[in-house]
Amino acid sequence: MNKIFLDHASATPVKKDVLDEMLPFFSRDFENPSTVYDRGMEIKDRIEQERARVANLVNAKEGEIIFTSSGAEANNLAVKGAALARPKKGKHIIVSAIEHHSVLNSARFLERQGYETSFLNVDKYGLVDLNRLEDLIRPETVLVSVMHANNEIGTIEPIREISEITKQKDVLLHTDAVASLGNIEVDVENLGVDLLTISSPSIGGPKGVGALYFKNNMRLMPLIHGGIQEKGRRGGTENVPGIVGLGKAAEIAKKELFQKEKNLTQLRDRLINGVLDNIDKVRLTGHPELRLPGHASFCVEAIEGEALIFMLSASGIYTNTGSACASKALKTSPVLIAVGTPEDVAQGSVVFTFDTSNTQQEIDYVVETLPIVSARLREMSPIWNAA
Amino acid sequence: MYSEIVMDHFANPRNVGEIQNPDGLGQVGNPACGDMMAFYIKVDDNKLSDIKYKTFGCVAAIAVSSIVSEMANGKSLDEAKQISKKAAAEALGGLPKEKMHCSNLGAEALVKAIEDYESKN
Repeated sequence: MNKIFLDHASATPVKKDVLDEMLPFFSRDFENPSTVYDRGMEIKDRIEQERARVANLVNAKEGEIIFTSSGAEANNLAVKGAALARPKKGKHIIVSAIEHHSVLNSARFLERQGYETSFLNVDKYGLVDLNRLEDLIRPETVLVSVMHANNEIGTIEPIREISEITKQKDVLLHTDAVASLGNIEVDVENLGVDLLTISSPSIGGPKGVGALYFKNNMRLMPLIHGGIQEKGRRGGTENVPGIVGLGKAAEIAKKELFQKEKNLTQLRDRLINGVLDNIDKVRLTGHPELRLPGHASFCVEAIEGEALIFMLSASGIYTNTGSACASKALKTSPVLIAVGTPEDVAQGSVVFTFDTSNTQQEIDYVVETLPIVSARLREMSPIWNAA
Repeated sequence: MYSEIVMDHFANPRNVGEIQNPDGLGQVGNPACGDMMAFYIKVDDNKLSDIKYKTFGCVAAIAVSSIVSEMANGKSLDEAKQISKKAAAEALGGLPKEKMHCSNLGAEALVKAIEDYESKN
């Protein structure tokens, strides 16, 4: 049986061209970029070239990119680093209710340091409330963090409109672009953001590397104190193969973006229409139009997501869920709760995220298989007749 | 990860279904928490002559329902009530730690069904 991978929000395979560029930097070009002899300096130069490739993907300037170990670290550095560097401005931050754990838990960490966090609610589609944002901003607000697109429901947030508010009120704006990067245009100038999170494994680069865009060399409190790497903003010898991989993946992502967006939108709409037409009592989660091109997410009523995922994988389809049973903490996805999904319905969550490697035949197979698998689980569900 | 026995019971659950006019019905769990089980029993001469169940829940919840139905079938009511969550989990070749509460539910639902029968007879 062929494996159909539809969980690209969690990981993407490293592209061959990416791996080929990385390989020399493990053993042959292994020298430490901080050394003063020519071999080390050449590697340092290479890091700067990669910085330019990553900057180019998001339309930033070269000096505005700092490499990190992951998107999660970039989110930590944005939220904690920006807030802790500005105690005189105030100790209040605003984050949306549907942020990644690395933003939410950074906000919780700041609360323990005497900061106050306000949570910005979202509507039933997952869109943040702009009027509410204006009300929440105070003179002592340091930072607003709203993700560019949500990985669980696919909704794209109105970042540009948010930036008009934050600029007017002189508040920093951070956006986590991990889910959107490589799928839709991510342009820091158009978006008007001050900080933007980048992750390598979601754009066909290796795991263990990410980056943060920070406008105009703004002040950031380092999370990792150490040497002069990353201009003193992040200590530790650079992950050179990872950075090279991210740089190459960024270059490819930029080149392929237009075509990818077009192809994935077609696949997405085919899947959404197929599922809504062929299964009773199923709802699309997230926004019907303002959503990522490669993202289709649903809640199938009267069944539980983990069982659904396992049954789909037995049919060769690999996908994800936000159900309580599937999370190690046994908690229903906070994103599904934030958009007002009833908790029993949220248990039937299933999330498909595609890449250009996926085909129309694969989508048709999913449209054929999901109703069969759902019917099988509903047959043994005590709440199906009632539903 | 799940054991092979768990995956087998999940993929081919034994005794799944409903009994019309059961002698006892036991229901536990809550769909909002992700698990709900309903056990239906028929009793003959103080023994469980038939057991069926319906389960809304994860892989572990479905496998636990299946193994408990198998372990209890044909047993006397007193013996069936003694089936512990530990025994159910062991019969499945173990369960991941965060899934142990599922094995509670299976045994609980069965006991509730037996108690329902006893309260009526």
